[in-house]
Amino acid sequence: MDSPFIEFRDVTKRFGSLTVLEDVSFNIHEGEVTTIIGLSGSGKSVLLKHIIGLLKPDSGVILFEGKPLGEMSRNELHKTLSQVSYMFQGNALFDSMTVYENIALPLRETTSLTETQIDKKVSARIEQTELTEAAHCYPSELSGGMQKRAALARVLVTDPKVVLFDEPTTGQDPVRKNAILSMIAQYQRKFGFTAVLVSHEIPDVYFISNRILALYQKKIVFQGSPEEFEDFDHPFQTEVIRSLEGLQHELTGMYSKRQFKLQNHIRMKRAGEGDMYAVLVHTLQEDYLTKANPGRDSHEEVLKGIEQCIAEYFTTAGGFSTRLKTHEFVTVLPYSDIAEAADLARGFVDSLKKKMNGTAAATAAENEQANTGGEFALLIGAAQGFPADEMETVIASARSRQTTTARLHCGAGR
Amino acid sequence: MSPVGMMSVPFAAVGRGAMRLVNNLGAAGIFLLLAFAGIFHPKQLTKIIQQIYYVGARSFGIIALVSLFTGMVLGLQSYHALVQFGAEGALGTLVSLTLIRELGPVLTAIMITARAGSAITAEIGIQRISEQIDALYTMRIDPLRFLVSPRIAAAIISFPLLTAIFDVVGIFGGYISGVLLMGANSASYIYRIQSNTDIGDVTDGFIKAIVFAVIVSTVSCYQGYFAHMRTDVHGAKAVGLSTTAAVVLSCVLILVADYVVTSILIGN
Repeated sequence: MDSPFIEFRDVTKRFGSLTVLEDVSFNIHEGEVTTIIGLSGSGKSVLLKHIIGLLKPDSGVILFEGKPLGEMSRNELHKTLSQVSYMFQGNALFDSMTVYENIALPLRETTSLTETQIDKKVSARIEQTELTEAAHCYPSELSGGMQKRAALARVLVTDPKVVLFDEPTTGQDPVRKNAILSMIAQYQRKFGFTAVLVSHEIPDVYFISNRILALYQKKIVFQGSPEEFEDFDHPFQTEVIRSLEGLQHELTGMYSKRQFKLQNHIRMKRAGEGDMYAVLVHTLQEDYLTKANPGRDSHEEVLKGIEQCIAEYFTTAGGFSTRLKTHEFVTVLPYSDIAEAADLARGFVDSLKKKMNGTAAATAAENEQANTGGEFALLIGAAQGFPADEMETVIASARSRQTTTARLHCGAGR
Repeated sequence: MSPVGMMSVPFAAVGRGAMRLVNNLGAAGIFLLLAFAGIFHPKQLTKIIQQIYYVGARSFGIIALVSLFTGMVLGLQSYHALVQFGAEGALGTLVSLTLIRELGPVLTAIMITARAGSAITAEIGIQRISEQIDALYTMRIDPLRFLVSPRIAAAIISFPLLTAIFDVVGIFGGYISGVLLMGANSASYIYRIQSNTDIGDVTDGFIKAIVFAVIVSTVSCYQGYFAHMRTDVHGAKAVGLSTTAAVVLSCVLILVADYVVTSILIGN
């Protein structure tokens, strides 16, 4: 492996009697996206501020391209840190300056470029970050997402080698969060800078990160790829990741959508070209549910029961599942063909019928005499997928092949 | 606690206070030196001109108003005192020397402290707590040079000019109340000003104005710059308290410095 671009060696930082970082050691490699994860207040931002020189360690060494920051001359230090830009959590835009002036500021103050040259560079960044309309607005006149883009444009205008992002998605809605992370990934590829992120957006950040650093109880307890991190056996996984992600649903054992995405992402990365998989889409038909009208609580109970059954049955068979819509679930069965998937689906229906008999619902055949509650249908469809296929396409294909595999009776008033 | 320990409690408090004072004075001295050095950076001219506008030009109205009424009150009071001794002819001398040597520099400094000093502290304080100063540092822009140096330069340029305006308008105020309203001799008022006020008096007033400019700008910038270091309160409250502290401390230091500078100038 090539030598690290930035290296922390046994860095300790205290504020008064409070130790925030203790013997922290890690590496950041050039051209990579490294994400630091950890609980709030665990010292992630403190760590980032050491890289930019806003804070100095009480002990330990920080090396840039193998040279300790503490041993650099004033000019050398200035030159080294000039290659690093920092995007603040709150953007830190100057509210008395327009977006254009904010972006131009580092060039006007730290370079000897002419106004024409500055204008050319600033206009280019404004265009790239789609802020042309907002160039002469003040930050307070912009939306949160636009402010983030303005801050990013200011960070990138000096063509830095390293960009540090302090919780870039904080306070953004889910759509914007993904947009900001995509933007970071896109610009990182475009400009080739080394990115260091502090983020809580798990697992979304995994998709754009080459390396993960886990900060836990003042120390870096993990550094490696997102895939390696999944296999990392440490209390950090239980205490931090599960609390951040909500991991599997405690009652049903079903994966959250994010985890499902992540699980699939990891599987796809590991899969060879010929490794196929099967997808099952399970739907409780709404028509029946509406007609049956057995009561909302009863619906929920049936859905929860089925959700639990799907998770239990297919996890044992090596699959993983998530709830896509209110009445729709999807299961991925790695290394299975469509015939195996169909067999498993039949086995699942039998198991479901057995399990639900005497609980929230029973099969219609077994409850012909029942004159309360309602009947609904469970439809299951299977499709074959390959690593090159888009998951959405395979799911759509499975959906189109759905047939009614069971009619279930739901007891009223339950 | 032992009796010796108990006896040492008040001394320990005095000692801590003295150490804090020395620390702050030292820090403020270094802060001023570094910021002063930044004035001569090639990219400062535009920022200094902007600050002269905010600190100086926009204070003109309030300075003119205060000086007019100060001069008028001075003219009125002095006329009544002098007329008892038949010395109303000395009214011009009294008004002009009082304004040029003392009231002009002091009241100008206090008025600018109230108007611009508080604004400087609040602005820099907000920039500090919203990480804008940290952002400057990360962009490799010296925050002292960018934020503090232009304000100190602007104060050094603006204070003597505003003091001069205060003096002129104040003398005119004295003329209105003493001559136009109370009936003192107009020619005598102007003649006494010309004959008894020399350039030394004006220079002394300007020296004081420059000393006050350095005090007000340094205290205001320092309080805002280190608003985040307050241990009693944080955030917006810290900015509020720093602004109050800047105004109070500036006013106290203006009066203390006035005495010290006056003693030195009279001694010379």
